[in-house]
Order: sequence, then structure tokens, then C-alpha cells
Amino acid sequence: MRPTRLPFPDRPPTDQLAHLHRLFVARADAGGVLDIAVATVDSPIGDLLVAVTDLGLVRVAFGTEGHDAVLTELASQISPRILRRSGRTDPLARQLDEYFAGRRRHFEVPLDLRLAHGFRRRIVELLPAVGYGTTVSYGELAATAGSPAAVRAVGTACATNPVPVVVPCHRVVRSGGGIGQYRGGTAAKQALLDLEAATLGGVIR
Amino acid sequence: MTPFDDIVRQHGEMVWRVCHSLLRPADADDAWAETFLAALVAYPSLPADAHVTGWLSTIAYRKAIDHHRRIRRHAAPTADLADRPAADDPEPVDPALVEAVNQLGVKQRDAVVYHHVVGMSHREVADLLGLSHAAVRRNAADGIANLRRRLTATTRPAAPETPTPEAPTPETPSSDTPTSEMST
Repeated sequence: MRPTRLPFPDRPPTDQLAHLHRLFVARADAGGVLDIAVATVDSPIGDLLVAVTDLGLVRVAFGTEGHDAVLTELASQISPRILRRSGRTDPLARQLDEYFAGRRRHFEVPLDLRLAHGFRRRIVELLPAVGYGTTVSYGELAATAGSPAAVRAVGTACATNPVPVVVPCHRVVRSGGGIGQYRGGTAAKQALLDLEAATLGGVIR
Repeated sequence: MTPFDDIVRQHGEMVWRVCHSLLRPADADDAWAETFLAALVAYPSLPADAHVTGWLSTIAYRKAIDHHRRIRRHAAPTADLADRPAADDPEPVDPALVEAVNQLGVKQRDAVVYHHVVGMSHREVADLLGLSHAAVRRNAADGIANLRRRLTATTRPAAPETPTPEAPTPETPSSDTPTSEMST
């Protein structure tokens, strides 16, 4: 008596599921049922999670935030219809690569700022005007926003910027010379400022 | 709520098994995508305490059956499940088994698919289908015996008429562990 295995499929050949997954995501995207396309982009400041809705870039998250936690948060804040492997994140991934290589000074992707509200959103909308390689103080930004006393609130707005790196809250620093807090950690903030200074100084290409 | 991407990652293989147990490769891959598309649409309203495996496997099973019916309806008379696929088309499942599973009665097919292919316990299948534990157990065992009989008949047509080995076959393993192994 020899045990005979009914030849039910056991597991798919290597890579087949990845292939099917990609085809499925493309169909979901075309069918309008993919609410958030996500991808992980590696960078000198660690893996960045990027999330793109049908309106634009909605979230950039640092590794220190815990990508799984951020995804779960997006699922409850926006929609659980979240998928990887969509081409929707490709343009941003490419631009991030160029930025970190010192070959790009501003990003050209649509933004979806639904995760920033009220005054914080106003500040986030002002940030792209702070030029590459330059800095402003929290106080200066508060004055630009028309609320010179709201220095602390500007700090909070920068700290909760849903799309860091792309919207350059890292260019907002303390007036005393300290670089201030950063969602991705002060080391990451310093690295971004150094990168931009070096690129402008011609150190990188 | 778990991002849907994790659901695909966790259950992609199970859905693949269901589709390939009931359909030929090209159709199975289609059904795999259809399953996850339907699931993605419905996902936001899935209750938090839902049995995800049961939910998804039911969608996959239904998609595969629908697909099979559609193929049958539109198939040219010559198109038969026994046709060999293109040489470079990997055949993860014996076409004779796919055919045999499709020919099972609904109760046996349900039990075989949910227990042996999906991998749910007899208890989980019973809860999903609203049947007794014993009924699921019996249907699964009868289904497997039936499949073995059909497969033996197709793969060894010239075999002398030995008595069907089903009778002396020991009871299905008493554990609730799903398995596709049967002793001869």
C-alpha cells in the first residue's frame, strides 16, 4: 500500500504569482478600483514608502514611521483598496532617484493634500516656494503665512507634513541655527540639507 | 483594516490552487484575476470579523465554476479538456483531475475544494456551508474516493478489472488536517 498523492496543485511556479499580481493591479487600476497605489523607494535616507491616489501623491513615509503602520493608517483614513506594483508610482520613484543623485531640484508630480488640514495645509502649500538648497526659519514661514505668532504651529505643520522630501519641510530650520525636528529624524533632515548644499556647490556632478 | 495588498499576498496561493483545480491554466489565471478584482470591489464593506479565507475561497470557487460553465457553453465540439496545451505552457495540474473535480456532485465538490484544495478544516467548511461536521467529513472522503476511481479509470484504461480499492481504504485520517493524500 503506497500513499498516492492526488495531483492537486500545490504551489504556483516561482514568479507566477508576482506576474499575476501585476496583471491584476493593472486591471484594477484601469477599472478605477485601485484607490491607493503604493511603492517602496530606496534612498540614502532609508526606504521611503510612497502612496499615490487618483489625485496625486498623498503620503511619503520614512522607515522610522513603520511602513506597515502607515499603510494601516492609510487604509482607515482613505481606503483599504491599497495595492503595490502599479505603474502609478513610477514617475515619482524616478524623480526621487534623480533628486537623491543630485540631478533634480524640484518635483513635478500632482499632490493630494487631503491628509493636511486647516493651517497645517496652508503651511504645506507654502513650502514648495522655499527653494532648493535654501532654508527659512519657522518664524519667517509663520510671517509669510500671515500669522507671525504661530511659530509653534508652523513647527507642527512641518512635523506632520504628509509628503516630506517632495514638499520640502526639511528646508525649515530654527532661527538660532539648529536644524529642528524632522519626521524622518534629524539625521535624515541634515542629510537632505547636505545633499542640496553639495549639489549647489558642485560637489555632486 | 488590512491593506488589500496584504490580502493578495497572504491568499494569492490559495486562490491559485482553487482556480487551477477547476480550470485549465489560461482560464485559471483569468479566474485568479477576476477573483481578486471582485474581492477588491467588495473589500471595504467586509465585516471586521469576517473569515477572510472562507470569503475569498468562496469568490474564487464561484468564479472558477462560472468560468467553467462559460467555456463549456462556448467550446467548439473539438475543444476538449484532454487537449494537450502548448508545449511551453506549464501544466500545474493533471487535466484529468481538473475534469474529474468538475464532474463531482456539488456536495462532494464543495467539500473537496474547501477542505483539500483551500485547506480549511472540516469544522470551518461545515460552518461556511451550514452543514454538520460529519456531513462535510463524509462528503470530502466520498469525493476523494470518487476522484481516485475516476483517475484510475482514465489513467489506466487498460488495467485489468481489479476490485476497486475504495472498499478496503482506511478511513480518512482522523485528524482534521486537510490533506490530498490517500492510501491505495
